[in-house]
Amino acid sequence: MKSLSRLMAVMRKEVRQMRRDRLTFAMIVGIPLMQLLLFGYAINMDVRNLSTAIADEANTHLSREFVAGLAASQVTNIEYRVSTAAELERMMQAGEISIGVAIPHDFDRRVADDTRAAVHLLVDGSDPTIAGIADKLRNMPIAFDTSAAPRKQGLIEVRPYYNPERRTPMNVIPGLIAVILMMTMMLFTAVAIVRERERGNLELLINTPVTSAELMIGKVVPYIAIGLVQLALILLAGGLLFDVPVRGSIIDLYLAAGLFIAANLALGLFFSTAVKTQFQAMQLTFFLMLPSILLSGFVFPFDGMPVVAQYLGEVLPTTHFIRLTRGIMLREATLGDLPGELIYLGVFAIVATTAAALRFSKRLD
Amino acid sequence: MTRELAIRARGLSKHFGSLRAVDKLDLDVPKASIYGFLGPNGSGKSTTIRMLCGLLTPTDGRADVLGFEVPEHSKELKPKIGYMTQRFSLFGDMTVAENLEFIAEIYSFPAAHRASRVDELLEKYDLTEQRKQFAGTMSGGQRQRLALACAVLHHPELLLLDEPTSAVDPQSRRDFWANLFRLAEGGTTILVSTHYMDEAERCHRLAILDHGVKVADGSPRQLQSSTGMHVVEVLADNPYHAQTALINIAMVASVTQLGVRLRVLIPDSVDDPLALVNQNLQKHKVPAQSRIVAASLEDVFVAVTMNPERRAA
Ligand SMILES: Nc1ncnc2c1ncn2[C@@H]1O[C@H](COP(=O)(O)OP(=O)(O)O)[C@@H](O)[C@H]1O
Ligand SMILES: [Mg+2]
Repeated sequence: MKSLSRLMAVMRKEVRQMRRDRLTFAMIVGIPLMQLLLFGYAINMDVRNLSTAIADEANTHLSREFVAGLAASQVTNIEYRVSTAAELERMMQAGEISIGVAIPHDFDRRVADDTRAAVHLLVDGSDPTIAGIADKLRNMPIAFDTSAAPRKQGLIEVRPYYNPERRTPMNVIPGLIAVILMMTMMLFTAVAIVRERERGNLELLINTPVTSAELMIGKVVPYIAIGLVQLALILLAGGLLFDVPVRGSIIDLYLAAGLFIAANLALGLFFSTAVKTQFQAMQLTFFLMLPSILLSGFVFPFDGMPVVAQYLGEVLPTTHFIRLTRGIMLREATLGDLPGELIYLGVFAIVATTAAALRFSKRLD
Repeated sequence: MTRELAIRARGLSKHFGSLRAVDKLDLDVPKASIYGFLGPNGSGKSTTIRMLCGLLTPTDGRADVLGFEVPEHSKELKPKIGYMTQRFSLFGDMTVAENLEFIAEIYSFPAAHRASRVDELLEKYDLTEQRKQFAGTMSGGQRQRLALACAVLHHPELLLLDEPTSAVDPQSRRDFWANLFRLAEGGTTILVSTHYMDEAERCHRLAILDHGVKVADGSPRQLQSSTGMHVVEVLADNPYHAQTALINIAMVASVTQLGVRLRVLIPDSVDDPLALVNQNLQKHKVPAQSRIVAASLEDVFVAVTMNPERRAA
């Protein structure tokens, strides 16, 4: 009974302090949203809906098929159809369009003749992104420009060429959930104890009847709640901005996230008992962030990594959680389909908590 | 010793590597008394107090605090002691009232009386106006009152106060000591470390620490009457010249300047210390008046902490 009320007191205090610490609060909401937008859009090379005008001077079966293929690609949003190439130039100048497609009247003949360009692409070169895309468009198998012989089927192969995975955010966000939770959770608890040590609070705390376990649990529990809120935030924003679905059970996802959050909090807590300053705690956390991003399968496909890197990756909780999120969110897997990952996270959480509790003593020496 | 002891330590030692922070300390602190720890910075006051509340494991020796062996039984001891750390250790980002409430909860103070106890302490320690102020924004004196209020909230039998007055003004110090006397009268045992002589003088008993070693203990009066030194006070227009005239005499243990006065310590073994001083002042043609005075606590402190060769002289 006394223990429970002490635990509640520690938790209340943590929440109170957290609410007042602007930086912590900003981290809870800011980091997930920032990361989501950053990774969601930056990794998303799937640029779509560039405003486009077309001047189809040929208007043949082949040219119409080409235009249809272009429209289907979704890269371009065909907003205008004009009659001459000169008009395209004027619109480009006026900034009304990003891409102008001029199809000459002898389009069919040019397609057959691989020494002449079949299509003229007018591109707003002032925008480097768009210019880059034009480059890609030009190198496509269907030779809009001056290059090799056209392949008819190439016309509709436009899009997959530069976005083979199709809608990228869908693949990024399940992994991003893991990375965001890993970063924030570990950082929170890594500084949790060492901060009180630096501020001198710890000497007072360890001289009260509060036990190590109450102190540890009291510090972890509020952050589990925060982690779950962050997850909701990411899922919501991911759904709204990038149409990322949760195909499997959301409860499964939350259960897996709960374990993953606990594992990271416990690891952070262990760091916090092992270091002397907040700065060291941060460094240790960042030291672990890099492999968690690079070796977890988040950035590089896991199977493509060197064997040693794979072994290292297997140690990281993030690796296992990414498999779970991808499975649940994209492949409609259940927790029962991925028991190994779940067990690893659970074992990791228990081991790290025990290690933290053992390392933290209510002594100063 | 007729009264019961709150603290009894024998041979208590703490070494940090090769540094003997506390060296074979024997300590007897009677219940319901104010016991002072006097010593310069680094003399081992904090280390001793931390060992006594079980925060540090002694390298050697044993201590019994309120009947509990530390550090083995410090868990049972914690609810019975109040500890005021040298450095302010309450939560700067919580208000005065929130800090007190947190402490009340942590010590499982009965919920029904919590609010009234907090109000009572705010009133008693003159913090009612600061109730909603963040502890981190308070003045030194206010912080100190809050820290004391938190340390006594759960009615501890023993209070360990580590240099509680080092960051506060003289008026706050006087008020603080008035509070300590009130607590001691109520039966609380208080161990307080300080480096102020006037505070040491107010203690019922005190121990003087130097480089981890207890060099003297007793009541202030006992200490003053057993220095083994004569004290000659010299009043000179030019105290600096007087000091040079006296400092190099083999028989003189120490010369300390206090404003225009010098306090000259001469071992008991010298029969006529006044003559010794006067002769030497005349020899150097320093005009001055001198007289024998009673030893102050400051003299005691100087006498017991001076280096051993000098003392032997
Ligand atoms: N944790 C520690 N590690 C190493 N040395 C320490 C530690 N704590 C104290 N000391 C050293 O022990 C000596 C006594 O320190 P302390 O007890 O704080 O003295 P005081 O409180 O009288 O100023 C000092 O020399 C100090 O540097
Ligand atoms: Mg100290």
